[in-house]
Amino acid sequence: MKRFVDLHLQPSIKDLTQVKNMVSLASELGYHMIGITLPPNVTRDTVKQLQSICNNVKLNLIRRVDFFPKTPRELLYNLSRFRRKFEVISVVCTSKAVARQAAKDRRVDFLSFPSTNPRQRFFDHAEGELASKAFSSLEIDMAPLISSKSFQKIRLLSSLRKEVKIARKFDVPVTISSGATNTHLIRGPYDYAAIAALFDMTTPLALHALSETPLTIVQRNREKLSPNFVAPGIRVVRRKNCCPNA
Amino acid sequence: MRKRYLAFRVVSAQSVNKRDVTDAVWNAILKLFGEYGASQTNLALIEYDQEKSWGIIRCSRRTVEMVRASIASVTEINETTVVIHVLGVSGTLKALRRKVSL
Repeated sequence: MKRFVDLHLQPSIKDLTQVKNMVSLASELGYHMIGITLPPNVTRDTVKQLQSICNNVKLNLIRRVDFFPKTPRELLYNLSRFRRKFEVISVVCTSKAVARQAAKDRRVDFLSFPSTNPRQRFFDHAEGELASKAFSSLEIDMAPLISSKSFQKIRLLSSLRKEVKIARKFDVPVTISSGATNTHLIRGPYDYAAIAALFDMTTPLALHALSETPLTIVQRNREKLSPNFVAPGIRVVRRKNCCPNA
Repeated sequence: MRKRYLAFRVVSAQSVNKRDVTDAVWNAILKLFGEYGASQTNLALIEYDQEKSWGIIRCSRRTVEMVRASIASVTEINETTVVIHVLGVSGTLKALRRKVSL
């Protein structure tokens, strides 16, 4: 049985009722793990509160932050400051320079392109090649696709089709998330897989983008954030004085 | 022709009647796949309980993903925000009822 993950829920953190509603709906729809977008300066108490809400419905919470840098320099500053605080980091690329820097940097987990204007979506061949080397993933939010209408939807579908094709060409993992800001924009994983067929993702590929791909990213990052992590493939097995009787 | 049955639940602030649900699904299919796509679905609303806001739709097996995508893209009925969640899909009504415990 697949373990589905929705790494991009965006409730208002201050409104705990909304958080509860969204989390319980996600659990009801069959998600195993959810990522909630937090502000970079989030307090530990808030995280604990969210954790307890998720635990009540047996969901695993992922701490996630979205950066909206205006310059590559701002992105580098944010990454060096917050990388160890969050399990997942997504960069919303609003300019080509930022998109290129984000694709190059191994600390970035997700590349996100919010605009419905095809000229402002920077996931081209060069971006795909860079992202492939840095193990970044292309994140596709479904909420804009569900809420957009007529010509806007057509343009978005067309852009997504091109981006998915490039991602497949360069072996860039694709992750499908809801990007939901309220309960009306959340759908079940199989519904998302059906919608993904609109931009030429096959059902097995879409289900992979909803389960294995995000799970791998989370597991990799959790391992890196663990105190026993030294480098990829190297971890502390035992510390001096940890076993006095040994 | 093989068929598939989809159980669904309508989430809305106001009660939605059978006619509105059928129209909303048909319109969504027409918008996403056009008249040619819609003609392939063989869509029919088999059952709808307005009080409990759930129902069953039948379609051809080949178009089940199309119908599912269309149902998921319904966002409003009569200018009210509506979400339709697919609860389960099955090849027979009996199995579907057992699966989603209707």
